[in-house]
Parts: sequence; C-alpha cells; structure tokens
Amino acid sequence: MINTMECAVDAQSLISISLRKIHNSRTQRGGIKLHKNLLVSYVLRNARQVYMNEKYAEIYRMQQYEEVMTVCNEIQELNPLDLMEDCEEQTGDCCGSASESASLCGALLPVSHQVPPVQHIQPSSACSVPMALQNEEVCKAPDPSFYRSCCAEAYPVSNCDFSPVNNMHCNKTTVLDLDTHVVTTVENGYLHQDCCASLQQCCQGAQSPAKKRKLDFGYYVSEIEEVPDFTPCKRAKFEDSSYVCTEHLDTSNISNLISIFGSGFTGLVSRQADLEQALNGQFCSKQALASLGAWTRAIVAF
Amino acid sequence: MMAGVGGGNDFQWCFSQVKGATDEDVAEADIISTVEFNYSGELLATGDKGGRVVIFQREQESKNRPLSRGEYNVYSTFQSHEPEFDYLKSLEIEEKINKIRWLPQQNAAHFLLSTNDKTIKLWKISERDKRAEGYNLKDEDGRLRDPFRITSLRVPVLMPMDLMVEASPRRIFANAHTYHINSISVNSDYETYLSADDLRINLWHLEITDRSFNIVDIKPANMEELTEVITAAECHPHQCNVFVYSSSKGTIRLCDMRAGALCDRHSKFFEEPEDPSSRSFFSEIISSISDVKFSHSGRYMMTRDYLSVKVWDLNMENRPVETYQVHEYLRSKLCSLYENDCIFDKFECCWNGSDSAIMTGSYNNFFRMFDRNTRRDITLEASRENSKPRAMLKPRKVCTGGKRKKDEISVDSLDFNKKILHTAWHPKENVIAVAATNNLYIFQDKLN
Repeated sequence: MINTMECAVDAQSLISISLRKIHNSRTQRGGIKLHKNLLVSYVLRNARQVYMNEKYAEIYRMQQYEEVMTVCNEIQELNPLDLMEDCEEQTGDCCGSASESASLCGALLPVSHQVPPVQHIQPSSACSVPMALQNEEVCKAPDPSFYRSCCAEAYPVSNCDFSPVNNMHCNKTTVLDLDTHVVTTVENGYLHQDCCASLQQCCQGAQSPAKKRKLDFGYYVSEIEEVPDFTPCKRAKFEDSSYVCTEHLDTSNISNLISIFGSGFTGLVSRQADLEQALNGQFCSKQALASLGAWTRAIVAF
Repeated sequence: MMAGVGGGNDFQWCFSQVKGATDEDVAEADIISTVEFNYSGELLATGDKGGRVVIFQREQESKNRPLSRGEYNVYSTFQSHEPEFDYLKSLEIEEKINKIRWLPQQNAAHFLLSTNDKTIKLWKISERDKRAEGYNLKDEDGRLRDPFRITSLRVPVLMPMDLMVEASPRRIFANAHTYHINSISVNSDYETYLSADDLRINLWHLEITDRSFNIVDIKPANMEELTEVITAAECHPHQCNVFVYSSSKGTIRLCDMRAGALCDRHSKFFEEPEDPSSRSFFSEIISSISDVKFSHSGRYMMTRDYLSVKVWDLNMENRPVETYQVHEYLRSKLCSLYENDCIFDKFECCWNGSDSAIMTGSYNNFFRMFDRNTRRDITLEASRENSKPRAMLKPRKVCTGGKRKKDEISVDSLDFNKKILHTAWHPKENVIAVAATNNLYIFQDKLN
C-alpha cells in the first residue's frame, strides 16, 4: 500500500534511497541485477544533478551577496552620495531569492554563455559562469515545483557524462569483468592530485554552505551504517573538516559503493566550487559535472 | 473476427477456473513467473519461482455442456531447474523459470523450452498409456530371468495402462550467458531459437548444445560507459531472418540476420521522442521496455513500458501507431513506487489470436484489455471473490481524483503486492490465463 502522503521528491532522500538499493542488491539472491542497478544509477544521476544545481544556486547566492556588498562598499567609498541609491535599487529588484543576489551582479556578469570579463573580482566570479547559464532556475523559490522544473530542463551535461574526455575523476573504482574475470582498477586522474593542493589553499567562501550540507549528509550516512564494514572508515571521513581524499579509503572498500558516495559526494561539492575559483572561471561547468559522472557509473561496473 | 453478439468486439469475460493454493501465506516458490499457451491452445504451461513447470491440458468438449468450453486440468508437473551455485563468481543462480516457449508439435510428443537466468532446457513431454508385457529376459517386476531357465519364447504384447505423462530433458543449453537471461524465442524455421540476456543475444540450433552463435553484443569495452541493456527479444513469426530486441532506454531494434553474422547494426530503429515536459527523476525507469511481442500477422509489434502499451507498425520507426495508458494514475506516485521497488516490476503483454485486442496486467490483481478497433478498454480483476463458475466479470474502475463513486477503488487503496505480470491469450479462442501471484485464473468469453 502506498502512503497517502506522497513521499517528498527530494534529491537528497532519493540519493540515499538509491544507494541503499544498490547496497542491498549485492546481497540479493541470484546475483546483482544489472538492469535494475543501471536504472537506479539513472535516478541517482538525476537526483545528483538536481542536488548540484541546488548547491550551485546556494553558493551563487552566497557569493552574489558578498559581491554585492563588496562592490557597494567600494562604490560607497568612491562616491557615497551618488551611488548608494543605485546600489539599493539594484539589490532591491533581485530575482526573487531570499538572499540578496542582486541583478547588480547580473549587470556585471551578463546572462549569456560568455566568460565574464570581470575576472579581477576574485574568487567568486569563477562560480558565476555556470550560474549565469542557470540564472532563472537559481532564482526560483525552493518549493516542489523547483524540482520539477529542474528536472524538466534537458540536462546540459548528459553528453559529457559519457564522453571519453572523462578521465578527470577523483575516485578509484574496481571493476570485475564477468566475462574475462579480469579485475581492473581505474586510478585517480590528474584532478585528484591538483585539487588536493588547491583545496588546501582556497577553502573559503563556499566552505560554509558545503559544511552545512556535509552534516546533513552525515545524517543520511549514519542511517546506512547498520552494515558493519562501513563504520570505522566513514566516521573518520566526516570528522575531517577539510575535503575528503578518497585515496585514504581502504582498498577493500573501493567496491563498497556507499563509502565512495558517502565520502566523495559532499567532498566533491566543496572541491568543485574551489576548483573553479582556482581556474579563474574558465573551467567549463560541463566538464566539472562530467567529472562527477565517473563515480556514478562505478555502480554499473560489474 | 472475434465478434460477440450485441455489438462489435465486446467480450463478456466469465470466470472459468482458478488453480493454486488458497492460503493467505504465499510461498515464494509458488509464485508464477511465466504463462504460455502452446500453438494449438490445448496445453497451458506455467513456470514458477521454485523452478517447477506445470502443464495443464484442456479437456475435450463435452456435448452435454456446449456453452462451457473444456476445462484445463493438470497434465504434467516436473522440476525444470534447480538452484545452482557458481563458485567461481560466488553467485547463486536462481531456479526461477523466466520464460517458457513451446515448440510446434511435430509428433505425438510435446516439446518446450524453459529457461532460468543461465540455462535453457528442452523438455519432451510424452504420454505413455501402454506397457509392454511378456518379456522373455525379465520378469514383470523387472528382475532378470536366468537365460538357461527359459524354455519357450513369446512376443511381448502391449497392454493398456493408466496414462502416464513423462517429462524428460532432451537438451541442456548451458554456459552461454554471462548475464541474466530475460528472453527465449523459437524461430519460425523450427530449427533455431534465440536467447537474450542483458547484453547479448545468442542463436542456437535445437539439436546442438555445445555451441551457439552470438548475434548481438552491446557490452561496451568499458563497462563504466554502459547506458542501456537488452530487456526482451523475439523472433519474427514468419520471417526466420528477422528478430527484434528492446532496450532499457525504450527503444526497439529490428535486425536482419542476412545482413551479417553479427547483428550489432540494426536494420530498423524504433523510438518515440521523449516528451520533455514529462521529465522526472524516474523518466529512464518508466521508459524501459519490459516486454516486446510481435502480432500474429507479423505486421505489428507491441511493447510494454511501466505505464503504457504501444503498438508499432514495423514500417514506421519514428513513433508507435497506437498508445494505450495502462495505469496513468500511477505517474504521480512514482516516488513511492520507486521506494517499494514496484517501479521495477516487469509487466508482460499479449495479443489475441486475431490481433484485434491486447491485454496486460496491473496492480491490485487488475488486468487491462484494449480493443484496437473500437478503442474501448476494460479493467477486470482476478480475485477469489469473483470465482463462481461462469460468473461474469464486472468491469473495475480506479478513481483518480475527486469524489469516489460506488464500486470505484481509489488509487491509495490499491494493493501493490497483488500484481499481474504474466498473462496469456489462447491462440485461437477467447480464453485467457492470468497469473496472480501464486494463482492461475482462467477466464473465457461467454459468447464463444
């Protein structure tokens, strides 16, 4: 029987449900069902994309606010009398979100697909490029229709997910080929090495929203921790306040998909924002999200 | 034309029989996993999760009761598959019978193919109603006689005995599938058949068990790039060089074996463009095709996805010619159905003998029939409450919103544990078999 209350179509809960299904499938009779797990991975991908959009929106809003305040302060210093009004006007008619991500930023960063010229405003402009593309979605109120509209748009990264360029992922995945019985381990790409270094430096700005999310996700992860082999590894990850480096994962847990997601997911969120800062906004959002595709597909690597 | 009296193609379905346990507690092994009539409709086979096959045979019509068609009674029961363990991969292989397909009858015996996830078996079902008696070298109870004691010879005589139906495995087609077999289909040449798993399709000769031809292989070089799997496959009913296979992405590929040994490149590609406004988290799941069936004519094929049935004209690839909504009211419930795994249920579909009607199952032990000519549809229920002999089935209706009328059932009251995944339609008459968990219902059209 289905509950009268429709379950909340919430990206995060879908992600945790999906991970649980993947985990349970490993112990089901008859072996892992490739078809079912492939379908679950699609739900996971869809939920992840919605989640990432939300994350970026949140980060963008935070940065917009900071930017507005910075610029306003700068302008005030220059000409406190003339420009205060302009600033207030602009911040006034922001596009509907709770925080003051004003269209002043929109003026600075044209809502188009061009790389914005204001690269001297570091570090937040980097994130603005992808956000400009999704300006409309970002500004919608976070009610259920938001999810639907997010899902309704064609996913911009669907092509990239399966492109051969996709070597830039931060995880190690172990694949057992059922035909040849060969075990291969896909090593970390360059992104891993680089982002380690860069993240140590630029863990500001996006850190606070990411941290908040980390705690939320930790709640979900702890639910899954009924299974004994998760516990020691996972807890260590979440006590680490900086990003999580998957290289520390015990190799015996590599095929443990939930540990990959549990540590890599929110870690990747903060990592991504910082990486874009490091690369001066020229980092294509498509490539960024595409790099996250590889660990999603680890599920179906049977 | 299966016309009924009283207008057009209206069927009046009546309860005929129900087979199976009446207990509330359903044993997992008793859950029916496949249902199939043979070519004449005289035999009806079911397979279950416990690896057993039960064959029912229709009684000859009785002159005393012309309105009542012959009943189906148990003809043979045998254990087709046993659970196995693959030690190399540490995998248990389920004994569940995924599909049964009959071979056309060529002599007194009947042959069928049954398959689980890994192994296909050819079974011979034969009758024995005579026994030879009067052997020279052995006694009636089988003990050997001392040859030196024999003083005279006699010719053994065939004596009648109680009918015994024997099932024996004649061929075992094993070790050809790495992934789970989802389909088998006998070719119209009656010599070959195909078997399909998630990533590959193999072509077999019925006489040869130690090798098969791989004709489709969609396994990517890097499994991380896997985007779709094969969900069903079927041979064309008349053209022995043509077969189709459906995918988890909602597409169907038609292949011609004359084009090459490996049919990775399709001859036709059937896909309906997705409606972007209906996109959701679960779009990929509900577009996955769970069954594909050619019409008897061979001109059309039918596909079943989670919410609808589509009829395709083989001459038109860009969209189906007909689409029937099975239970559209579930579209708003997809999240819950995902949570309880119902969204992964694989419903089958079937044609009637004349291709004028199609049938498929739903939840709450409901099943749906669509008349292709009149475009009328009907929802019926397989339940023990409606099991009086020859009782007419009342149409059921699901209330999708607003005020619930009398006799309607609301979406939230549907029992999602009672699902009808497997149905079969007699090849010539209006007799249908509907599998409801561990029970098999047989319904007949009153007017025929």
